[in-house]
Amino acid sequence: MGVSIDEAVSTGPARDHTPSARRLGGRGRSVLEVALLTVLAVVMLFPVLWMIETSIKENRDVYAIPAKFFGFTVTMDHFKDVFVAPGGGRSALSVSFLNSVVVAGVSTVLSTVLGVPAAWAYSRFAVKAKKDQLFFILSTRFMPPVVVVVPIFLMYRQVGLIDTKLGLILIYAAFNVPFTIWMMKGFVDEVPAEYEEAAMLDGYTRLQAFWRYTLPLLVPGIAATAVFALIFSWNEFVFAIFLTSSDTVRTAPPAIAGLIGGTTVDWGLVAAASVVFALPVLVFAYLVRKHLVAGVTLGAVRR
Amino acid sequence: MSDPVPLTTDHPGQVASATPPARGRSRRLSDRGLAVAFISPALLLLLAMSVFPLLWALYLSFTDYSATRGGPAHFIWFGNYTAILTSAQVHQRALTTLIYVIGAVGLQTVLGFAIAYLISRRTHGRGLLTTLFLVPMMLSPVVVGLFWRFMLDAQFGVVNSMLGSLGLGQVEWLTRQRTALVSLIVVDTWQWTPFIMLIALAGLTAVPKYLYEAASIDRASEWFRFRNITLPLVWPLLLIAVLFRAIEAFRLFDLVYILTSGGPGVSTETLSFHVYKVAFLGFNTGTASAYGILMVLVVIVLTQLYLRYLNKLKEG
Repeated sequence: MGVSIDEAVSTGPARDHTPSARRLGGRGRSVLEVALLTVLAVVMLFPVLWMIETSIKENRDVYAIPAKFFGFTVTMDHFKDVFVAPGGGRSALSVSFLNSVVVAGVSTVLSTVLGVPAAWAYSRFAVKAKKDQLFFILSTRFMPPVVVVVPIFLMYRQVGLIDTKLGLILIYAAFNVPFTIWMMKGFVDEVPAEYEEAAMLDGYTRLQAFWRYTLPLLVPGIAATAVFALIFSWNEFVFAIFLTSSDTVRTAPPAIAGLIGGTTVDWGLVAAASVVFALPVLVFAYLVRKHLVAGVTLGAVRR
Repeated sequence: MSDPVPLTTDHPGQVASATPPARGRSRRLSDRGLAVAFISPALLLLLAMSVFPLLWALYLSFTDYSATRGGPAHFIWFGNYTAILTSAQVHQRALTTLIYVIGAVGLQTVLGFAIAYLISRRTHGRGLLTTLFLVPMMLSPVVVGLFWRFMLDAQFGVVNSMLGSLGLGQVEWLTRQRTALVSLIVVDTWQWTPFIMLIALAGLTAVPKYLYEAASIDRASEWFRFRNITLPLVWPLLLIAVLFRAIEAFRLFDLVYILTSGGPGVSTETLSFHVYKVAFLGFNTGTASAYGILMVLVVIVLTQLYLRYLNKLKEG
């Protein structure tokens, strides 16, 4: 199961049973509710729209007082600045975007490769103290990053992983494995174990049965889980800023945050970089909208 | 809501162990081997990257080690802990964190549930509305923090500009002691109200329709229906969402770092921001470790609560 947005659309409310005498009052109320929702939606979306608007404004319009909502000249200069350095060539920001792609991508692959088999094993076998193990796994995900980063920093300094992509990949994979296991266990639970039983009666080993019959059925679930892991790694900031420092390693979140370090802040550039950074996340989130409830609760809630 | 007699098992593992007797022994052995082979790599990674660092922090918390000074660490046992627990500075940060967590999570819960309730009463456009409302939640805290910093800027920020055109005075959102914490709460609420909304909406759409139908046959009032049908059925799920948010808010760091850097003064310095300052600006690694361990203890208590309610929800 899993209540998704799509389902929420199809199930209509069951409330239109009021007697016709109360209809009129009901309609007035309904208008009020729609108005209220509209206001709330505008408030929630305004900052996002403002960010997009700022990214395509010329600098003098960005700092205009009072703020210009309409009638500004559209420019793509800020987006060009995101990717191209002032003197030509690749900008530091574009390098950081590339680093983000590598770090988020590889760490997601790693956590998926480690997490999916573990989830399958937890779902299928009678493991000792299974519930305790699963709860322990999830609770590691709740550790405050700023606390974990202190010993990780010392550890990485010892083994030379400070300021390397591999260091970030490992810590992100470790933070995504609990999520992957919890999320995937839900998907594995939905595939009847009888499929594997039947395959084993046909002479396959359990591993073969898993590989040939269960795994193909899990592909959509694996894709959704991987997308969430990708989003988490992509958005991560705390480890990135403490464990990396050089431009060639640094991922996009600390690089974008670094734009406000100087005395003057080019907010148009910040906005454009933010838009470029956030766009893939929104697209990916839209792709996995069916599984959002499970995804944002780290696979814990699925109804 | 569920079948009186569960016909299919929820624990396929038990079925799996009921193998034919002839091959049973070897099968079960290989199953165990497979389970170990599949689970241990993931657990090893967790042990190396989550458990070991925490154990190291635990060891450091009993010493006076400093990451920059180097040199051997001396055991001072509970010295760091007593220093932290009796420090007025820390008490103040704890109070700030408490205000922040209660303020932000409280606001998010009320607003998020209200929006979910309003959406659940609509017949058309629910999918679109939900999708639009969810946008802030998917953004990185870095983007959210930076952008609100721009919008709340006292000089050219759009918020003050709008206040100005309404004839209201300008507010120094991020540079005044009292408004800075309020701003932090507002921004966090903006980002995470969708989270509560999403979970509440899942709960609201799962309420069986026949309950409402029965209530409307009995001509029960709207309030009665809300109070006696909607709320009790959504509450368990909502509680989980609230606890989840409370844990997240308690360990929040990035938004504070970007939006206010703990300032002005120390007015928005939460516990996790203070740990950062002790560890990376003061270089008192031992003290910071003890501080961190204490925070971990709080998180463990909250997580236990969360997992207990989660367990209840799953079994109920």
